[in-house]
Amino acid sequence: MDHLDKLEAQSVYILREAYREFKSLCMLWSIGKDSTVMLWLARKAFFCHVPIPLVHIDTHYKIPEMISYRDRIALEWNLNMIYGENREALESKLTFPDGNTDRLTCCKYLKSEALKHTLSGEWPRYRMDHELQRYVPDEGKEPYTGVIVGVRADEEGSRSKERYFSPRDKDNVWDVGDQPPEFWNQFKTDFAPGSHVRIHPLLDWTELNIWEYIEREKIPVVSLYFNQGSGTRYRSLGCYPCTNPVDSEARTLNEIIDELKSGRLSNIAERSGRAQDSEDGGLETLRRDGYM
Amino acid sequence: MMNGRAQMNIVIVGHVDHGKSTVIGRLLADTGALPQGKLESVRESCRRNSKPFEYAFLLDALKDEQSQGITIDMARCFFKTAWRDYIIIDAPGHIEFLKNMITGASRAESALLVIDIDEGIQENSKRHGQMVSMLGVKQVTVLVNKMDLVDFNEKVFEKLKADYSDFLAQIKVKPVSFIPVSAREGDNIATLSERMPWYRGATVLEQLDLFVSDKQLQDKPFRFPVQDIYKFTRENDDRRIVAGTVAAGSVKVGDEVLFLPSGKQSAIQSVESFNTAPKQLASTGDATGFTLTTQIYIRPGELMVKPSEPLPEVGTRFRVNIFWVGRAPMILHKEYKLKLGSARASVKLAEICNTLDASDLSYSKNKHQLDCRDVGECILETSRPIAFDPASASETTGRFVIVDNYEITGGGIVLENLSADETLLQRHIREREHNWEKGLIKSEERELANHHKAKFIAFTGLSGTGKRSVAKALEQGLFKNHLVAYYLGVANIDRGLDADLGYHVDNAGERLRRIGELARILTDAGLIFITTIDDADDYDIETLKQLNEPSDILVVNMGENSFSRYHPDLQLPVGVSVSDAVKEVASMLKTKEIIIEYHI
Repeated sequence: MDHLDKLEAQSVYILREAYREFKSLCMLWSIGKDSTVMLWLARKAFFCHVPIPLVHIDTHYKIPEMISYRDRIALEWNLNMIYGENREALESKLTFPDGNTDRLTCCKYLKSEALKHTLSGEWPRYRMDHELQRYVPDEGKEPYTGVIVGVRADEEGSRSKERYFSPRDKDNVWDVGDQPPEFWNQFKTDFAPGSHVRIHPLLDWTELNIWEYIEREKIPVVSLYFNQGSGTRYRSLGCYPCTNPVDSEARTLNEIIDELKSGRLSNIAERSGRAQDSEDGGLETLRRDGYM
Repeated sequence: MMNGRAQMNIVIVGHVDHGKSTVIGRLLADTGALPQGKLESVRESCRRNSKPFEYAFLLDALKDEQSQGITIDMARCFFKTAWRDYIIIDAPGHIEFLKNMITGASRAESALLVIDIDEGIQENSKRHGQMVSMLGVKQVTVLVNKMDLVDFNEKVFEKLKADYSDFLAQIKVKPVSFIPVSAREGDNIATLSERMPWYRGATVLEQLDLFVSDKQLQDKPFRFPVQDIYKFTRENDDRRIVAGTVAAGSVKVGDEVLFLPSGKQSAIQSVESFNTAPKQLASTGDATGFTLTTQIYIRPGELMVKPSEPLPEVGTRFRVNIFWVGRAPMILHKEYKLKLGSARASVKLAEICNTLDASDLSYSKNKHQLDCRDVGECILETSRPIAFDPASASETTGRFVIVDNYEITGGGIVLENLSADETLLQRHIREREHNWEKGLIKSEERELANHHKAKFIAFTGLSGTGKRSVAKALEQGLFKNHLVAYYLGVANIDRGLDADLGYHVDNAGERLRRIGELARILTDAGLIFITTIDDADDYDIETLKQLNEPSDILVVNMGENSFSRYHPDLQLPVGVSVSDAVKEVASMLKTKEIIIEYHI
């Protein structure tokens, strides 16, 4: 087994463990490279099927290409695709692009709040109807008690302290200092009513591993990751008002891999193009509050 | 293509302030894993504040930068040598962080244990040494740090090496090597130190590259803990796939396989995968799946093995080493949940043989509970048999965790199978019967008066097979024939007799015991006692049978027979009409002379 085989096997094991133990399970799909690899790993784990609903939080400020890619893949791979949103904040224009909040507050409203209430089932969910090929209001209102998330330990500090199976209490709070032990491959799969668990199958992957795997498996990804002639590419995808590309000549998967291996980007944070991270408190503040 | 580089996880442990952070800082600096200019800026800031530069400050500085996304942190550091990539897992030296230390160490293939030569062997030097060994980390190198404080004196080094080797020998650990270092000064980290010409062994970096990655599990007997059974019917997929990760050995298409503890047998029809070339073989570490040549009913949690190879143990009672990290102690005879491989079972601590305080290596023989951070040699008993190996034979199928109140609170390794001993259940029944107070009426007298014998009738089968309707109709039919029958709805116990148990899975064993005790009482009262049990297996029935003694149990199974060896007294198909089903049960009762006649 090479190192990608090992990473794949561990992620598959974690996904199967989650599927076995959690009755109400969903997987967050941000459309980015990491969670798309995770979705692919689910197809590995379940032999081409994806028996877990995919949840996307639509801020309605996503780069349009992301949304068309999402819907195309959802139909092609026969996914149980669900999206949620913060309709109230969008309608009352409580957003950064509307000039009414700072970036972090905008993230909190459009992502953290939307996520929290979509997972709990309090806010409407929209499900892809494969017959109609469009989204319809979802009947399901049950809260998801197991949430699979594609965070990686090498992304930034707070994520490196995560466990594969990480409990959150009723208010989504993460107690970093007192986490359950993970012995060998035995994880926390028992949880008290009212609490829920976040599951992190990609914790051990690095940015380079992700691209190597995408290349090996030929996984389709959004073309925004490549330099398409402008001399720039996106390294991390988000909402267009707050996401900037990095200077790069990489036009293909192999060129991205070479670029990462060259160390040219090693001094630049992967999320440096994500403007909200550099505001006060940044990602750790967001994550404590339930951000992924 | 570029997947050639090997990777290894290393855990770094040791007592607080013995220099773990300095060792890591040094390794990062000497392998060029630091962001540009970082080292200089930390040096500069030290100069400005007139304090000596420490590599530990470097880690602190990096930690401050985490929110800006530099890929480094206190828990894991990444660096590489010419030969492979490393992830260093920094396990906290503070005793409160034992859970983090365990989590880190159980993911590591080798360990660096740091001891400060000036302070000498401290509590966590010992405790961590023992933990690392129990967690299965086979390769341990001891870094004897701060050699500069003892003028790089060989004698002082040799003395500590001898003392610590003695300790390790007592807990049966053989270290790979001892390296005298000064992490702060860089001696023997990346290059051999001229200040210690008496040491010509490997440097720390060389030692890392010498650690062996392959655990040699490939040549062991095949072990496949069944994680799940998949049947995804979408898009007309009719594969029934036995899924899991190969824990040891390998298996190929056509091989005969045996499932334990059920004892069912089949053969591998195919090795399943997605987006790969067709596979004929699955080996250690593969997260894979199989279809079988025959349709057999198996459950997640069984262990698939090859009957041609040495078989694992199957049992309910075994001797183990446990280390306990729960806030609440582990208590004798309380029910916990055990997770071993893919198996889950309720488990009790039957006996504590002795406990070891790792800090002073003192044994205690008279503890009645395991307290937080205790390591104990104990006897565990599961409510039903599970398949396992002694950890010495196959570590991946010989280690387990204990769950108490939703939390993993302990872990351990299996030393030996003790299933020939009297079980807790057998002892309980023996004592119960010994003390059973009889009334003045003999059971024959009750039979004469009731016109039937006492009997416990259990309806089994998967949920939704209609067993409750039949059970209730049987009660009614017997009643109309003036016989003394009673049907008990299981839900009535949940909210009544079992209300104290809540909905913990851990309490499955206790729930079953209470049904068995009720059966004992109601059959003693001369009744035909009828109830239903969802998805029962051989051991559930065996347990009920023992608890109900001296009376006997009759099992009516509806639908798919999920027993492996047990033969139900009556098998009914799903969809049989209630009246036909009742007739069949009644005629069986007549044949077995429990009732004399039955009128519809």
